[in-house]
Amino acid sequence: MWNNEVMVNAVRFVVLLLVQVILLNNINLFGYVNPYLYILFIIVFPFTGNKTLLIGLAFLLGLSVDIFSDSGGIHAAACSFLAYVRPAFLKVSFGVSYEYNMVKISTAAFGERLTYISLMVFTHHIILFSLEIFNFNHILLILKSTLFSGIFSVVLIFCTILLFSRRS
Amino acid sequence: MQQIIFFFIRNKNFLLFLLLFTISIFLTVNSHSFHSNKVATSANFFSGGIYSIKQNVRDYFNLRTQNDLLVEENNRLRELLSNSGSPVQKEIIDSTNVLWNYDFVSARVINNSYSKTKNNLTIDKGSNDGLAIDMGVISSKGVVGIVNSVSANYATVQSVLNTNSQINAKLKNTNDFGTLKWQADNPFTATLIDIPRQVQFQLGDTIVTDGKSTIFPEGILIGSIADYKLARNQDYYELSIELFNNMTNIGHVYVIENKAAAEIKELENALEDVE
Repeated sequence: MWNNEVMVNAVRFVVLLLVQVILLNNINLFGYVNPYLYILFIIVFPFTGNKTLLIGLAFLLGLSVDIFSDSGGIHAAACSFLAYVRPAFLKVSFGVSYEYNMVKISTAAFGERLTYISLMVFTHHIILFSLEIFNFNHILLILKSTLFSGIFSVVLIFCTILLFSRRS
Repeated sequence: MQQIIFFFIRNKNFLLFLLLFTISIFLTVNSHSFHSNKVATSANFFSGGIYSIKQNVRDYFNLRTQNDLLVEENNRLRELLSNSGSPVQKEIIDSTNVLWNYDFVSARVINNSYSKTKNNLTIDKGSNDGLAIDMGVISSKGVVGIVNSVSANYATVQSVLNTNSQINAKLKNTNDFGTLKWQADNPFTATLIDIPRQVQFQLGDTIVTDGKSTIFPEGILIGSIADYKLARNQDYYELSIELFNNMTNIGHVYVIENKAAAEIKELENALEDVE
């Protein structure tokens, strides 16, 4: 069982990375809107899993995306921050005792799920675009990119979870 | 001692996060400065290989437009050749005596971005083919960017569409020069700054590279003037330049090696040292 979970997460890591860098980085809707689906890895990582491991893995995932898109370390920074604050977001969205209630993302209520995913996506995007643009004169561009890319990412992540959730 | 160890164990998540976050910020700042050794770029065996495979598939969808571009370029070069007058053909050029200043290496773009504020391209030639940092990259229609990191078989190019890019450019007619920058608004226009106020120009005038830097030879096409306004201090024009290149669809590029670059750099450095 444990091995199975490791395998699933490893495959998810690689597949999400490849989909992101080969396909989604080239969408450029309206010229600049790209979804960032790969943070799905951090979002659906087992809620009771090892937090330290997640921070390390998130950093690796972000760094890989950075290497592919020549962006220095912006994805790595956003991802490691996301992994670090995830427990707090889980508490906010699913209640304090999420760890004992065996909450699963595919079975949670719609509102809770939406809160959780939106919090994660928009936190990630605001850090990502602030670091990428790195200039307070372009603060409007930062907010605009965050908003549009964020909406796109949330919709895509929702659809992906719906598609791949196993029915029990 | 025990206290310290307990402190580390208790805060291990936070400390790990802090460490990784610092590394990422360092990498980010490192990537924002042009003259530094980049640590994480797509010019490596792994990502370069994956991008090559991707491009092998994508190339088929672009064949027609790329062929049209090449035919157009051939056409232009043929016109130049037949209209350049007879002396070129009559004289026998002894290639051992001629000082060829520029070497061209053709390469294929395997990854291209144009929607961010700091855009880069990845090409499939590297130091094995003689590429080095600071070489200029052009396509059949004009300037593309400057090489900013190389590995054995791949290189990354800092695109014209990068807010860090600064390219020496001049008006073709009057030879007044300025700096070409990109304001991150759209991938089809760039801005030429520092053109003095007394310069005469018209909309549609051609902008070409200036031979003063060692990166590009003189006269490589860049774009045409689409709009103009005075800069904030009223002494200089800011020209909005419509690029000849369609940066959203770049297939084949040429990397320019200036053989005199090292010598010129050396002289200039010596001068700076004196000062």
